[in-house]
Amino acid sequence: MSTKVSMTVNGRKVSADVEPRTLLVQYLREHLGLTGTHVGCDTTQCGCCAIHLNGEAVKSCTILAVQCEGADVVTIEGLASPDGELHPMQKAFWEHHGLQCGFCTPGMVMVACDIARRKPDADEATIRHGLEGNICRCTGYQHIVEAVHSGIQAMNQGKR
Amino acid sequence: MDSFGEKFGVGQPVRRKEDQRLLKGGGKYTDDVNVPGQAHLAFVRAGVAHARIKGIDASAALEAPGVLAVYSGKDLETDGVGTVMTDAALKNLAGEIMFRTHRLALPTDKVRYAGEPVAVVVAETAYQARDAAEMVLVDYDELPPIVTAAQALAKDAAAIHDEQPDNICLHWENSTSDAYDAAAKTAHKIVSIKLINNRVIPVPMEPKCCLADMDTKSGRMTVYAPFQGGRRVQGALSEMLFGGDGTKVRHVSDNTGGGFGTRSKIYPEIIAIAYAAKKLGRAVKWSGDRSETMVSDLHGRDQVNEAEIALDPNGKILGYKIINYVNIGAWVTENGARLPVDGGGRIVGGVYDIPVLYYSCKAVMTNTVPTDTYRGAGRPEANYLIDRLVEKAAHVMGIDSRELRRRNYITKFPYKTQMGLTIDIGDFPKCQDEACKAIGWDGFGARRKESEKRGKLRGIGLTSFIEGAGGRPEETMRLRFEKDGTLSVICGTFSHGQGHATVYSQILHDKLGIPFDDVNLIQGDTDTAPEGAAGTFGSRSSQMGGMAIIRAADIIIDKGKKIAGHLLQAPPTEVEFTEGQFKARAGSVSVTEIAKAAHDPAKLPEGMPPGLDETYLYKRASRDDMNFPNGCHACEVEVDPDTGGITIVDFAAADDCGVVLNPLIVHGQVHGGVAQGIGQALTEYLVYDEETGQLLTGTFMDYGMPRAEHFPDMKAVFVPTPSTNNELGVKGAGEAGCCGAPTALVHAVLDALRPLGVAEIDMPLTPNRVWHTIQSARVKGAA
Repeated sequence: MSTKVSMTVNGRKVSADVEPRTLLVQYLREHLGLTGTHVGCDTTQCGCCAIHLNGEAVKSCTILAVQCEGADVVTIEGLASPDGELHPMQKAFWEHHGLQCGFCTPGMVMVACDIARRKPDADEATIRHGLEGNICRCTGYQHIVEAVHSGIQAMNQGKR
Repeated sequence: MDSFGEKFGVGQPVRRKEDQRLLKGGGKYTDDVNVPGQAHLAFVRAGVAHARIKGIDASAALEAPGVLAVYSGKDLETDGVGTVMTDAALKNLAGEIMFRTHRLALPTDKVRYAGEPVAVVVAETAYQARDAAEMVLVDYDELPPIVTAAQALAKDAAAIHDEQPDNICLHWENSTSDAYDAAAKTAHKIVSIKLINNRVIPVPMEPKCCLADMDTKSGRMTVYAPFQGGRRVQGALSEMLFGGDGTKVRHVSDNTGGGFGTRSKIYPEIIAIAYAAKKLGRAVKWSGDRSETMVSDLHGRDQVNEAEIALDPNGKILGYKIINYVNIGAWVTENGARLPVDGGGRIVGGVYDIPVLYYSCKAVMTNTVPTDTYRGAGRPEANYLIDRLVEKAAHVMGIDSRELRRRNYITKFPYKTQMGLTIDIGDFPKCQDEACKAIGWDGFGARRKESEKRGKLRGIGLTSFIEGAGGRPEETMRLRFEKDGTLSVICGTFSHGQGHATVYSQILHDKLGIPFDDVNLIQGDTDTAPEGAAGTFGSRSSQMGGMAIIRAADIIIDKGKKIAGHLLQAPPTEVEFTEGQFKARAGSVSVTEIAKAAHDPAKLPEGMPPGLDETYLYKRASRDDMNFPNGCHACEVEVDPDTGGITIVDFAAADDCGVVLNPLIVHGQVHGGVAQGIGQALTEYLVYDEETGQLLTGTFMDYGMPRAEHFPDMKAVFVPTPSTNNELGVKGAGEAGCCGAPTALVHAVLDALRPLGVAEIDMPLTPNRVWHTIQSARVKGAA
């Protein structure tokens, strides 16, 4: 049994027949080949799979593809400019060494952008609280927090 | 090029060249790899912890849609698949070799831990494989489960392995206890302690995953799997499935999402998947989820330590006695029994001058996931134990703990330890000073008073620690000049987050004058890796990879001088090499030009083989000839006595990682290590139910992974004393953090709770445990 689902992903209209139990993250990874969105756990804890759904950060492992009918989805692949220039948040992660193995990074960056949207004046404590749904095992979070702080400032200054 | 070395050389905080791709979602982790026609595999795992297997009924699963095959241990046995046995061969004092298991990937006789793989189902889709796996019926004859070392050693305990009825894999001792007993007799004070070093799990963020692609035409298999050194996969699978023919197995991992030790070991799943792929003659993929990974990745720590130190009236340590019980789990894995002896044993006395040592270690088998290498691998446990004792001794003797440490620090180098290792260099008092300065130790009293006003308990604590880094004493690296003028570093090491592409480029930029951007890293494929490739573990890559590169570059410079001399009509002895240029009186020529000339017979001296590429096998004199990262960590906490909740207010790390190749990256390593150490001390605990043997903390819902909010803004400073054991002067930075952080945190919390009469506490310091400790102390205080 399969169901048809249509949505916009990174500005492109896509549709497919999927099993109803298909999670959004499986649809992104397995049907669209957008493997930048990762799966790090099975209990909605780690945040590796975070994407933007209609402008808000959402864990794509905890929503079915069929629930996203007509939605606007942005994944990590859709964040940089078409010419390849990094989004200010991605650039901040690079400048502050906010990633090591890189597995949690796409989810971190997507959630960081959401923090910037919701809390443009976020301080360190706000950022740390805002990242509570994202687990990183490599960095001890310190450089990530610095990166998010710097990335928010760059976004506030409209660098992009 | 930048003005030479200023921007991209050794010691500069160069931003990583590997990041652009990872930041855009372009990383290629194993689950991102798919090949046409791949089948999917799901595991049938033991639902019980200890049972004899009476039978396996796969008939319903075989009828299920899309199912291609169901395999169990009997199939592996029939097809002659080999078993895994550790190469560790430690002996007890009587000279008897430790008990070693021969593990078949899927067991035929018994299951020995909850979650152990028992059978595999292969189907056309992942859903079909999972659905059918639930239809496989395993008939068990249950046995009583054993999950702690104490249970395993009880007189009437069931045997995990019938061949070893006492469940003891190894009872190792460094000597008899006579010398210690004599020292203890003369002592002014004996201070003893009993500690539990809690079982934790490494948790690379990438769950376990494997794709085995069998090419029936060539008879060759390509195995994609996250791994810290692909030659091990190649070696093990070729032994077990291809009669030892290494050319039949290729391992590939473009990106590996963290390793922390556990991803350096052969595990049963990878063998079963490769077996299925070979048997079916097609590609077979398994994407493990986190819950499976929690019972598949090897666990870490899990020791019970009973120890004491004997002290003279001035607080100088006269001797140290350790009785260590290590829960190594259900199978004797590569390092399970070895790491408390060879890993932690390396530095068992920590940074302290210990004239007499008695160390007894019992490695005990239980019905749990095997424990093995996890970041630090025995050294965090050893440091925790000795420093908890030293801290306790300071309080027992009424001496400031900073002063007692000073009286016992090793200050004369080289220093030969009781375990026979020689620590080449360090400055432990200076590390302590720097850590105390960074955390503002002297101003603590005022901060404590301020906390008291708000009804909070404030504490400060420190710890000094030492590591032994370098791991396997050989590594091979290859430098290859490409036609476009770039230089490829073809690695034996394997970066899975450490930033080797950047750091090796810095080294080569300095050494050969190649522009930073023109150095490329090639790794993660056994088809291209040098023959002697080992991998990355044991904080080894800075020294082992770095030194192999340096030596290879030295040979290149030497040969380059001969070619340059030939071209510039000067004797090689008159050719100088600086900043990428070979210079003689008649002119100069760059290293990349020499690399091109090296392929033109007209430009080579007679008798010289063409090419400038070089492969170098770097060897340390022995396994013991390692480097010794060390440091002092200080921690300040605030405890809420009403909830038991801990806030880490401040954390300062003064680390001696030797020469720092890239401070940005080394800080990242320190932060990460500290965070894992804090995790163990604060929230992480793999809890097994003693009655059923079930893992109660098998997901991120119940296993306490540390989050950003658990940490303050850490202060990390370097106190480098260059290692004398390698010309780079480097010391491995990867594992030091978790050797110090847990102890610093526990000492800070004990400092906060001491006014209530609390003297001891075990990790993890969850609010529940802290609150109960406070309540017990209050009850005792009132009595």
